[in-house]
Amino acid sequence: MSNIPADLQYTKSHEWVRQVQNGAVEIGITDHAQSALGDLVFVEVPDVGRALHAGEACAVVESVKAASDVYSPLGGKVTSSNGTLASQPELLNQDPYGAGWLFRLQTSTPADSSALLSAAAYASFLADESK
Amino acid sequence: MAFIPHTPDDVARMLEVIGVRSVEALFDEIPGDLRAGTLSLPPPISEMEVARLLTERAAIDGRPLNFIGAGAYEHHIPAPVWAIATRGEFYSAYTPYQAEASQGTLQLIYEYQSMMCALTGMEVSNASLYDGASALAEACLMAVRANRGSNSRRILLPRAVNPTYGQVAQAIAGNQDISFEPVDFDRSAGRTLLSALQPYSGQDIAALVVQQPNFFGSFEEVDALTDWAHENKLLVIAVVNPTSLALLKPPGQWGTSLDGRHGADIVCGEGQPLGVPLAAGGPYFGFMATRMQYVRQMPGRIVGRTVDTEGRPGFSLTLQAREQHIRRSKATSNICTNQGLLVTAATIYMSLLGARGLEAVAHASMQRTADLISALSRVAGVKRAFSAAHFHEAVLLLDRPPAPLLAALARRGILGGLDLSERYPELGHALLVCATETKLAVDIDAYAAALADVMNGSRAAA
Amino acid sequence: MTELQSREPLIFELSKPGRQAGTQFPPPVAGSAQVPPQLRRSAPAALPEVSELQAVRHYTRLSQMNFSIDTHFYPLGSCTMKYNPKACNTYAMLPEFLSRHPLGPEPQGFLACMHELQEMLQEITGMQAVSLTPMAGAQGEFAGVAMIRAYHRARSDAGRTEIIVPQAAHGTNPATATMCGFTVKEIPSDANGDVDIEALQAAVSPATAGIMLTNPSTLGVFEHKIVAVARIVHDAGGLLYYDGANLNAILGKVRPGDMGFDVIHMNLHKTFSTPHGGGGPGSGAVGVGARLRPFLPLPIVGKDGARYRWITERDLPQSIGRLSGFMGNAGVNLRAYIYMRLLGREGMIRVAEFAALNANYLMKRLQALGFEAAYPQRRASHEFIITLKQENKAYHVTAMDVAKRLLDYGFHAPTTYFPLLVPECLLIEPTETEAKEDLDRFCDAMAAIRQEMEHDPEKLSSAPHTMPVRRLDDVRAAKQLDLAWNRRI
Repeated sequence: MSNIPADLQYTKSHEWVRQVQNGAVEIGITDHAQSALGDLVFVEVPDVGRALHAGEACAVVESVKAASDVYSPLGGKVTSSNGTLASQPELLNQDPYGAGWLFRLQTSTPADSSALLSAAAYASFLADESK
Repeated sequence: MAFIPHTPDDVARMLEVIGVRSVEALFDEIPGDLRAGTLSLPPPISEMEVARLLTERAAIDGRPLNFIGAGAYEHHIPAPVWAIATRGEFYSAYTPYQAEASQGTLQLIYEYQSMMCALTGMEVSNASLYDGASALAEACLMAVRANRGSNSRRILLPRAVNPTYGQVAQAIAGNQDISFEPVDFDRSAGRTLLSALQPYSGQDIAALVVQQPNFFGSFEEVDALTDWAHENKLLVIAVVNPTSLALLKPPGQWGTSLDGRHGADIVCGEGQPLGVPLAAGGPYFGFMATRMQYVRQMPGRIVGRTVDTEGRPGFSLTLQAREQHIRRSKATSNICTNQGLLVTAATIYMSLLGARGLEAVAHASMQRTADLISALSRVAGVKRAFSAAHFHEAVLLLDRPPAPLLAALARRGILGGLDLSERYPELGHALLVCATETKLAVDIDAYAAALADVMNGSRAAA
Repeated sequence: MTELQSREPLIFELSKPGRQAGTQFPPPVAGSAQVPPQLRRSAPAALPEVSELQAVRHYTRLSQMNFSIDTHFYPLGSCTMKYNPKACNTYAMLPEFLSRHPLGPEPQGFLACMHELQEMLQEITGMQAVSLTPMAGAQGEFAGVAMIRAYHRARSDAGRTEIIVPQAAHGTNPATATMCGFTVKEIPSDANGDVDIEALQAAVSPATAGIMLTNPSTLGVFEHKIVAVARIVHDAGGLLYYDGANLNAILGKVRPGDMGFDVIHMNLHKTFSTPHGGGGPGSGAVGVGARLRPFLPLPIVGKDGARYRWITERDLPQSIGRLSGFMGNAGVNLRAYIYMRLLGREGMIRVAEFAALNANYLMKRLQALGFEAAYPQRRASHEFIITLKQENKAYHVTAMDVAKRLLDYGFHAPTTYFPLLVPECLLIEPTETEAKEDLDRFCDAMAAIRQEMEHDPEKLSSAPHTMPVRRLDDVRAAKQLDLAWNRRI
């Protein structure tokens, strides 16, 4: 049973979004995703200053089994990214919603989070997927 | 029956366990109207008959004296190379997916990767690709992926690069909208024109391919070419001959800038000269090496050293997640093999020769070609085409079309070289000739005498 | 239990400065030819410095650390690890064949073998023309899909942008389709392991360029409704591509051309027994029906009267082009030719018969021991799938654990975790060259492992125990990259 914090929002491609303030958000991948990938060996995060649109592939997470693109849930500009993951990718496995954050965005328009899923909706999506 | 060990008794017992009356019943799921009728194939023959047939056919082909290079080079192959490579444990082993049962192959590949890094001066090598031509295609796809500063799908491909490599790169990478633009060569020197690059300065281009020595055998000015490419933010794809690397500055050191940006970015080429016979064109192997920063963009298998649960060193395939990884924004590859048996041969070859032996082979080949060019240029109607220094092949200009001369020489048991008139019509009656360490003075004299004879017997072109 | 050679140092660790294998150096040549100074290498490359005996001993000992067909039963599903006849190697390595430069005049003896190989492959697959040029299965797939693309372009049908692929397909299939610029549409299999016909009908459209299939499928069973599948795709204007990985199951019994396929690739290193060589070289010959003939990759061998020659761009201007520097893996193709001559018509038909006999026998025996087949109601083709999902629930053992423990019993493991659809699976392909007693010994080992699952599962989860190394740390291999000896960055 994977961990899905109630105070975050989610996507169907297993990213999470934490609203920080004034359109600033923090983004990572979910506990379900890190568990499916297995022990991460490499994480690539987007460069600071990069402009992203919603749905754009912007990061890579790689385990022994698979390498996956991470898609930005929202549009905006990257304000910081988690450089520690370069030397310690296992942080993402250990703490996907905390120390394993990937990058922070300043969203361009008032955050268009209507397309994002609530914790409950994501949980139900996961349940459907595993049938 | 060839290679089927079952006796009638075996078959009967097995059918009983399965619960069917006949072997045919095992195919009962296949619709009757799909079943193949009588096949028009020859009957089986014994090994003795196969031996005879193949020996007769080999005799038809014979063993002419070979002076052709053009991407495949005849070198002496030490006896241990294929004696060991054809051991059943190497020959009939599969890809090392169960690492614990394949440490022999895996360690060998790690040693191979190390040797290729040493030869090319690069930081990391893969476990090989199919051949030099397809390795260039993969290198172009990789350059487009790896060049972060560029979204371009344009690659500069000098005309002095092996033209078949260009065709293969087009066939494989062209499907992904990668375009190749030609860069001309100096008609008298026989190497790429730096001035032909100037019009591209400042444009957004992914990479420049540099072949050293080039298709004509000439040495390119690799430092100037590399500097230009890096100044203009292109990656450099080096296509190199492994034997020549014993004598030449390796691509990892090309360029004159001192800030660590010098050196080619991706190195590839044909590994056949390292212990692999000519064998009518294959199987060969392609090699590829690159900077550590691009290792995740490099196609093909890679072996890494690690430890087991008891801390003992061991080897396994690594970075496998890249292989089927599909990145939407950039080009992709579907390759999932390496040329294991050929890499085995090459690794044993490099171990037997070492750097000194390879230098001796390279130097002897270069000198023999120089002697060949001198000897042939003394024949009336034959002269050197280019002024640039060359490695172990060079171009001659003849006063008449090469094709009939080559045919006449072939009838005398000599393969005189490669007629360039179709590939490079602007050169005229051009012939690419090669002599490696396998050609002794007596062979060169024989060729020169035969050529003189054949040319006396025919007419010069008007 | 098996005994392999234990640890061997790296060749670099055996090296000593100044040591060399002197007889391998060519005689020095006098003369003034030299590399221009600015291009010269300043220090010798760091290659080994060993004697000939040291090199011979080192690589011989390394070979003794491998499992191989010559030494072990190797039931790797979908890889067809049958005996590689020594005669194929001996006669392919006759000195006249080995010394032949590819760019000389057409070698009539060698080309006779190649031309006959083309014809035999055409006949046994029911196709109209064959190119021997692709150097591996993946290249053969690329050629096949590229030909489909070329065909639709030649008809000015630019809207055909989709390739349909079953979910159970091997990963190279969708990768190849993407590589050729197509988008991939996946369709599911039904409970019997066949393609879901209704899903297929919903998936085809004017955008369908083709479908990639194999038969028998990756699930180890024959696609019952292949004729219906062919009709649906053809009616929609698409073409059928056959992945020949499983040709060993039907060789001589059914021909892909007769099933309706327009293009097929064959793995000569599987069905036609050319050596796996520790990972290659393979050969991925492609066969086509009349529609795709103009697009075949070059070169092909042709015959004018009694004379063999290369067919090139002049003859086939619409070809998808060249995929290799010369003519593909010539020596591999020659080995396949020799194999087909040794087997002949009767021998080739026996291949599928005995491959099926061995697979069905092994499946029945393992089922009797308590193992669960993934499709117990179907005949095995030349291979079958065992799923360990019950054992995983009851004893927490995985397919990986069983695979590693089999190594201790002297058997190379079957393929694991492919196809992805079946949980904790082993894909087992004995091939036709294995004797009944070897299959029985394999069953004995599996019976013993089954006992261990229940009473001593630690033995499995920490296997292998008797190999030169214990289980290797893959995560560390990918995180702390050590890819070359002594590499200073």
